[in-house]
Amino acid sequence: MRNDLRTPLGRARGLGSGKTGTEHFWIQRVTAIALALLVPWLIGMLVSMAGADADTARETLARPWNAILLAAFSIAMFWHAKLGIQVVIEDYVHTRASEIALHLLNTFLCTLGAIASVYAITRIALTA
Amino acid sequence: MATRERPLSPHLQVYRWQITMVMSILHRASGVGLTLGAFGLAWWLLAMAQGGEAAGRAMHIVGSPIGMLLLFGFSLALVYHLLNGIRHLMWDAGRGYDIPEVYKSGYTVGALTVVFTVLIWVLALGVV
Repeated sequence: MRNDLRTPLGRARGLGSGKTGTEHFWIQRVTAIALALLVPWLIGMLVSMAGADADTARETLARPWNAILLAAFSIAMFWHAKLGIQVVIEDYVHTRASEIALHLLNTFLCTLGAIASVYAITRIALTA
Repeated sequence: MATRERPLSPHLQVYRWQITMVMSILHRASGVGLTLGAFGLAWWLLAMAQGGEAAGRAMHIVGSPIGMLLLFGFSLALVYHLLNGIRHLMWDAGRGYDIPEVYKSGYTVGALTVVFTVLIWVLALGVV
């Protein structure tokens, strides 16, 4: 099999991180900070909508800053969720085929969730 | 993948339960729960975007006992994950690693989770 006498560690050493070693960690933190800033605003907006009828709720969602921040929140949230679920899959799923299938499902569903949310927010903002 | 009977780590069954591991497990569990909640938020936004009957029905479901129970779980998970996430960011910055500090920040997160979640629902339900 192996045609040189070096150990696996010896061959891996010095090759660096494969260029994306800290990307997952870093984006998880960047989206975490974005969400930490946006969540208090989100909770405030949702609490202000408690008991409102649908038209009033739509008008609240349609206000420019509400729509903009909610779109930002949705993108950061689904991105952060995708990264988190990815780690859960990596930790617990040890059959390669299932693991790849779940990674694809996670990526597709979180991407769709973000696109659907931004679409819905845009539609509310333009029609309410 | 060939599975061989080898011990897996961590050996949860021989661990004495301690707040550090409980908070770590809850952080992951709340993260998975919040991912489901993210899709709930996307569903609600899509219904609100449709307007008319669909929006009215969505508001009705959100205000129903089951909807409120899910919202309560969502708010609890959100507050916990946010506060414990800040604890993680503090560690990322290299602070708070002494064991007494780890315990202190853990209990602080637990207490503040209860305080903020109660506060949100007091405001949402207009109790005061």
